[in-house]
Amino acid sequence: MANKQIMLGNAAIARGAYEAGVKVSAAYPGTPSTEISENIVKYDEIYAEWSPNEKVAMEVAIGASISGVRAMASMKHVGVNVASDPLYTVAYMGVNGGLVMVAADDPGLYSSQNEQDTRCVARAAQVPVIEPSDSQEAKDFTKFAFELSEKYDTPVILRTTTRLAHSQGLVELCDRQEIEDRPYERNAAKNVMMPGNAKMRHLVVEERNNKLIADGCDFPINKVEYNDTKIGIITSGIPYTYVKEALPNASVLKLGIVHPLPRKLIEEFASKVDTLYIVEELEPVIEEQVKSWGIKAIGKEIFTVQGEYSANMIRKAIGKEELDIAEPAKAPARPPILCPGCPHRSVYTVLKKLKIHAAGDIGCYTLGAVAPLSVVDTVICMGASISSLHGMEKAKGKDYIKNWVAVIGDSTFMHTGINSLVNMVYNQGTGTVMILDNSTTGMTGHQDHAATGKTLKGEVVPAISIPDLCRSLGIKNVVEVNAFDTEELTRVVKEEVAKDEISVIITKTPCVLLSKAPVTVQYEADPELCKHCGQCMQPGCPAITKNEDGSIKINDTLCNGCSLCAQLCKFGAIKKVEL
Amino acid sequence: MITKNIMIVGVGGQGTLLTSRILGGMTLHAGYDVKLSEVHGMAQRGGSVVTYVRYGENVAEAIVEEGQADVIIAFEQLEALRYAHFLKKDGVMIINDVKIDPMPVVIGAAKYPENIIENLKKDHKIITVDAAKEAKKLGNNRVFNIIVLGIAAQHMDFSKEDWMEVIEKTVPPKTIEINKKAFEVGFNIK
Repeated sequence: MANKQIMLGNAAIARGAYEAGVKVSAAYPGTPSTEISENIVKYDEIYAEWSPNEKVAMEVAIGASISGVRAMASMKHVGVNVASDPLYTVAYMGVNGGLVMVAADDPGLYSSQNEQDTRCVARAAQVPVIEPSDSQEAKDFTKFAFELSEKYDTPVILRTTTRLAHSQGLVELCDRQEIEDRPYERNAAKNVMMPGNAKMRHLVVEERNNKLIADGCDFPINKVEYNDTKIGIITSGIPYTYVKEALPNASVLKLGIVHPLPRKLIEEFASKVDTLYIVEELEPVIEEQVKSWGIKAIGKEIFTVQGEYSANMIRKAIGKEELDIAEPAKAPARPPILCPGCPHRSVYTVLKKLKIHAAGDIGCYTLGAVAPLSVVDTVICMGASISSLHGMEKAKGKDYIKNWVAVIGDSTFMHTGINSLVNMVYNQGTGTVMILDNSTTGMTGHQDHAATGKTLKGEVVPAISIPDLCRSLGIKNVVEVNAFDTEELTRVVKEEVAKDEISVIITKTPCVLLSKAPVTVQYEADPELCKHCGQCMQPGCPAITKNEDGSIKINDTLCNGCSLCAQLCKFGAIKKVEL
Repeated sequence: MITKNIMIVGVGGQGTLLTSRILGGMTLHAGYDVKLSEVHGMAQRGGSVVTYVRYGENVAEAIVEEGQADVIIAFEQLEALRYAHFLKKDGVMIINDVKIDPMPVVIGAAKYPENIIENLKKDHKIITVDAAKEAKKLGNNRVFNIIVLGIAAQHMDFSKEDWMEVIEKTVPPKTIEINKKAFEVGFNIK
């Protein structure tokens, strides 16, 4: 046990990259992939960066690969969409140094806007996918992915899911393997993807795919476990662990490579079992292919395409077991909320009072969509707030958006919001864009970006000024205001929304969780002065609750002293306390 | 050994991750195979959170399923109620006697259920503690979770000395003493 450590799936991937001799890693934070980069940064041998978005991260990794070193780009599943442009083409080019994209899917939508399956993208892009099922495999498969990449001259996707990324298990550590840089030689036919060259490369891709289908049958990452052959199960990744738990006596083909499928291996396994089941979370990717070969199998007839699986689900569906499980109690839901002292709450309180609709974006401030704030009307994807507001204006005219704003965070603005703002300027939009600048990437746990002045490695660098950036586009109305100055913010929003010109309002107030220092100011309620009007409760601060007589109380273990409630109280019943 | 199933439930921000880190470290220290599953990201923002810890000779899945938990550590009453059906028939649940209103209750769209502890006691073995009060006595409000862990430790098969060794290795150096004291308090609550 001496060299075994307990490791998060994501930490194990980082370790795998280290041991595989990776030299460059690029990523944009996104749950459940963020901790890969946060762990890679511990290894001085790897250059690691936060890129502004996943497309850039992928291109950085591709460049490193072309130069002859092993490189990796990590992202969540929706980040794969952003990175898909380079992905589809690097699939034609192949690699020099090994190139791996880590794609983290989120069945069950713990922290995402959709439940898409990366394997579908990989099939379209014709890129091989391998899938581990625990922390040890996360490390081992990462190393295997780089070997595969170089041997078959292809980018490789390492697919994980939330349950793997955020589970810990034992991992045996090995030393780093120093890989000599491969020499770079100009090869335009391979690296310049214009039609004539790409046409030829497409043939190579097809050949490679066929070779992988055949060779994949012998990859050590696949595992065949013959037990009772009445029931045979094809599975991979996390669902494998549920299968082992639920049906320890069944025969199992655990696929390590899930695209392209090792056909002969599957056909052989299918021929040896009486009834074949396919257990895969999300889309029936394995199932549809296996059935298309004329093999009889049962899959989504008894399983869902939604959410996560479990051993109990398999016990019921395949084992036909009657489980004696108590009904869950009726308990009110506890959805995530903005923290006490969050500057977003103040902004939304002002917008709500002004009856303004917000086209929203991806981040903590998405929570402005839920009661009691209910200000955010739409949330689509990174950067869509600004462009969708522009679309509304072009459809309905500028007066239609006089009670609308676009709301976007600083990190999301740097990710892809910036393109949408350029478009708004170019095509003469008149919308109001609010950049809720809390100086960090909040939702994913506080990562830096180009406008914070710090890199992933912790170096201090010049911060890109968001106000100067906006002004440089020719935007005349760029206003900075403190999110907690509700009076000034109200005035500014009214003024800017009324203008027939594009405006950017930047509320520059740091995330309340950024400062680790103890709070020095709190607020307390005076039940004598409280008129029970409920104004202070409008923003939905979790620190404020009611006493039995209807007066309010402020929880001193939660209050971060933001002052919003005191600003809303017309009766002076909420007072500042210096600690 | 049959795999042992532990759950830690609470409200995002209550320190479930530190508690599970100590527990995970303990099982590894004792030479078991172990898997832990956590919640990161959006739910950590004040939402309902659950951590699963499973240890034994050979652990396959990382989650504990309904009806399988030997011990549930609940840092909040409503979360205790939400996950009670995960408890085994002879399982035990340690409940930190605190109520935190979820947003639907704060805005009046739902009611916080009454008599949670009394009702759970009808069907389950329940131990309650006002850990915040005990932590205040130690002069540090934040170590309430380690007090609760100390109580739960009475229902697991590791020695006190081993727990102390793991706490020393896991928590930030400055907080070792206070966390060890907190564990001791919990371990001695009958």
